[in-house]
Amino acid sequence: MNRVAIIGVGCSKFGEMWDSGFRDIVISAGVEALEDAGLEGKEIEAMFVGNMSGGRYLAQEHIAALIADYAGLAEFNIPSTRVEVADASGGLALRQAYMAVASGMHDIVIAAGAEKVTDVGNPMDIMTSSIDREWEGFVGATLPALYAIIARLHMEKFGTKEEDLALISVKNHKNGALNPKAQFRREISLETALNSTYVAEPLKLFDCAPISDGAAVVILASEDVAKNYTDTPVFIEACSQASDYLAIQNRKDILTMSSVVAAAKQAYKQAKVEVKDIDIAEVHDSFTIAEIMAYEDLGFAKKGEGAKLIREGVTELNGDLPVNTSGGLKACGHAVGATGVRQAVEITLQLRGDAGKRQVDAEKGLALNIGGTGATAIVTIFSR
Amino acid sequence: MKVGVVSYGTYIPIYRIKVEEIARIWGENAEAIKGGLGIYQKSVPDVDEDTATISVEAAREAVYRANINPKDIGAIYVGSESHPYAVKPTATIVGEALGVGNDFFSADLEFACKAGTAGMQMCIGFVRSGMIKYGLAIGADTSQSKPGDALEYSAAAGGAAFIIGKNPIAEVEETYSFTSDTPDFWRRELQPYPSHGGRFTGLPAYFRHVTSAAQGLMDKMGLKASDFDYAVFHQPNAKFPVRVAKMLGFTNEQIKQGLLVPYIGNTYSGASILGFAAILDVAKPGDRILLVSFGSGAGSDAFSIVVTDAIENFERNPTVWDKVNQGVFIDYGEYLKHRDKIRM
Amino acid sequence: MLPRFWRKIKYRYDLVGSYCENCQSFFYPPRNLCPHCRRRSKIKEIPFDGKGRVLSYTVVHDAPEEYKEEKPYVVALIELENGVRVISQLVCDPEEVEIGMEVKKAFRKYGEDGNSGIIYYGTKFVPDN
Repeated sequence: MNRVAIIGVGCSKFGEMWDSGFRDIVISAGVEALEDAGLEGKEIEAMFVGNMSGGRYLAQEHIAALIADYAGLAEFNIPSTRVEVADASGGLALRQAYMAVASGMHDIVIAAGAEKVTDVGNPMDIMTSSIDREWEGFVGATLPALYAIIARLHMEKFGTKEEDLALISVKNHKNGALNPKAQFRREISLETALNSTYVAEPLKLFDCAPISDGAAVVILASEDVAKNYTDTPVFIEACSQASDYLAIQNRKDILTMSSVVAAAKQAYKQAKVEVKDIDIAEVHDSFTIAEIMAYEDLGFAKKGEGAKLIREGVTELNGDLPVNTSGGLKACGHAVGATGVRQAVEITLQLRGDAGKRQVDAEKGLALNIGGTGATAIVTIFSR
Repeated sequence: MKVGVVSYGTYIPIYRIKVEEIARIWGENAEAIKGGLGIYQKSVPDVDEDTATISVEAAREAVYRANINPKDIGAIYVGSESHPYAVKPTATIVGEALGVGNDFFSADLEFACKAGTAGMQMCIGFVRSGMIKYGLAIGADTSQSKPGDALEYSAAAGGAAFIIGKNPIAEVEETYSFTSDTPDFWRRELQPYPSHGGRFTGLPAYFRHVTSAAQGLMDKMGLKASDFDYAVFHQPNAKFPVRVAKMLGFTNEQIKQGLLVPYIGNTYSGASILGFAAILDVAKPGDRILLVSFGSGAGSDAFSIVVTDAIENFERNPTVWDKVNQGVFIDYGEYLKHRDKIRM
Repeated sequence: MLPRFWRKIKYRYDLVGSYCENCQSFFYPPRNLCPHCRRRSKIKEIPFDGKGRVLSYTVVHDAPEEYKEEKPYVVALIELENGVRVISQLVCDPEEVEIGMEVKKAFRKYGEDGNSGIIYYGTKFVPDN
């Protein structure tokens, strides 16, 4: 297998982008990535696009060809493929691009993630199609409701508190304030988070990530080719994907996301790293409880002790293991199919030393992208 | 071979609204209304309850108590004037929810408040003829009333289900109906609320049909009021059944157990048969019960029913009165929401 | 959506699930293939008893449009006596619900396809007092 390097990254602003359409957002991220890599464009051999629901958000399928077209690549007739695993679609685009380069099939491949959600009135309803619509959605369970059921049990069994969940939100907002691309760029107090209104008890408004417009692009190249374009390559040492029962009622233990455990185990093994080697992580905090569970399922903390890390400040920007330096999904925004690629952009910037005010010292990073309530997990390990 | 009630089940939604609360909204005198109707409060369905859900819950209780295989039910009739669909049966929903299979006779019935007892008569005929083993007859309603109309104080929700078959807990000795074309109360196609003839609903309608059916049955059988241990009449309010009992020579003692209307209101197709079920809850072997329904339009079905020894081993808890006596009181705003009367 | 609802009516109106005769496992919603035995699956349809207890729950405040009338409503993860877990609405006062609470099935409306569309009935749970 060829070693795979990231030679360029780009990211649009995340948030409610009323003036920009789907094409505008994607192209802004793409142009930034091409400039970052120093590519003209025609060097691109293939493209993978993560997008959860163009069909429902935009009534537009055939997203991959659309993006290739507006990226100016129609003339080259490159293979362009859309991939979908709910809000882990971006992570999957990265993985498909990674495999295309690692296998030797292609030398330079684009992984893009994009979603335009604000052209419809009720983006949450579409987001909820990541759960089992026939057996969970039918009974009035929403995506936040299912995470709330998990959170309630986590609190009951492990003593996790609503304050712990709020601390995650406070931390991510603090980081988001330092990220020019973030949707929410202001710090919040613990009281603000704790006093926010319930969405699905015990989860409140500030426990839930927004659903955002946004796009992110990374350009991958084989190690040899990468040398022609950059002196600061960031390597993808592993990119693993795992699945689980779609509906939480079928899982033996809803307090462990076994997809995350399986993907992490495989990724650590392939990358030949241990948990202690990880310096920085971007995890899928679509809901604050998901970040606490990520600490546990990725092995950062023992099962049931995830809340300790946030209480003790371990995952703060100045802690031993900063998590979601971008602001995470909560503050940077959750542009659904873009999120997995956006996480890779953040880790790349951090490992290259290009993360500005939120820069931390890191050699190895990890990204966790989750689909729905954890029926898909993608874990990627990066090193500089 | 005796044919009659093999099992029964009932359902009354837990919500209640008081006469005072309705009167408060319409600027009426609650005491005068309570005095006039003899009704203190009425049952109100939850936002997710309707005639189909009430029918299924009552029927499930009946099947559970009978301990029979639902596949042995050969006919299902649901009588109501508030079927959730104008076209598409409630009975098929009941059949599917009970796991009856596809091998059964079925229809929805409508004869104002007597559609439930009409279903019982049909099932008795089917069983006696040997065409089916068991028949399921249900009377249930979430009755409609126009906000501000006098009916709003009484129009309630509830229902009862009866499994008719051989080896009954209560044998139907005889049934007799009195029927005429009398437009006392009606609802025209596509109208949301029923209309009524005011005081015309009394003597020419309720009293004429109930007394004629009851007297006709007793004459046919050579029985008199004192031969019955209990009697239950359709109860649109508390005044009518008490007065009709007196007209027919029945005492308050005979009708007390089945008189539910002061506490849950008029459950329309459920009204007389919920009262009948309340009597079965306490009846002893050998007790004779007179059941007389009334449906506007108009007709009355009268039944003479004798309780058998089989009732002693029959599970009768929770009783109808247990269900009558529970209740969560709601205000008029919540009532409007429960009855889907808020224009959105 | 009409055929999609109709197709599973039997399993929604009552708790009818699957049983694998090969490994003695129960499943709800029903499955065509046992996830433990796969090709050796011997799946049979079976009605479940309607009693269980609350494993965890939430009170939904931000409800989808079609459930607005019922909010706040309780969605619970319920474990039936045979060990099968079911996600369902629990009809009760949100203040009353707690982990471990005993519940039983109830037949209720889940919604409707507008004023002129079909009505979606299904199984909910109520406290088992």
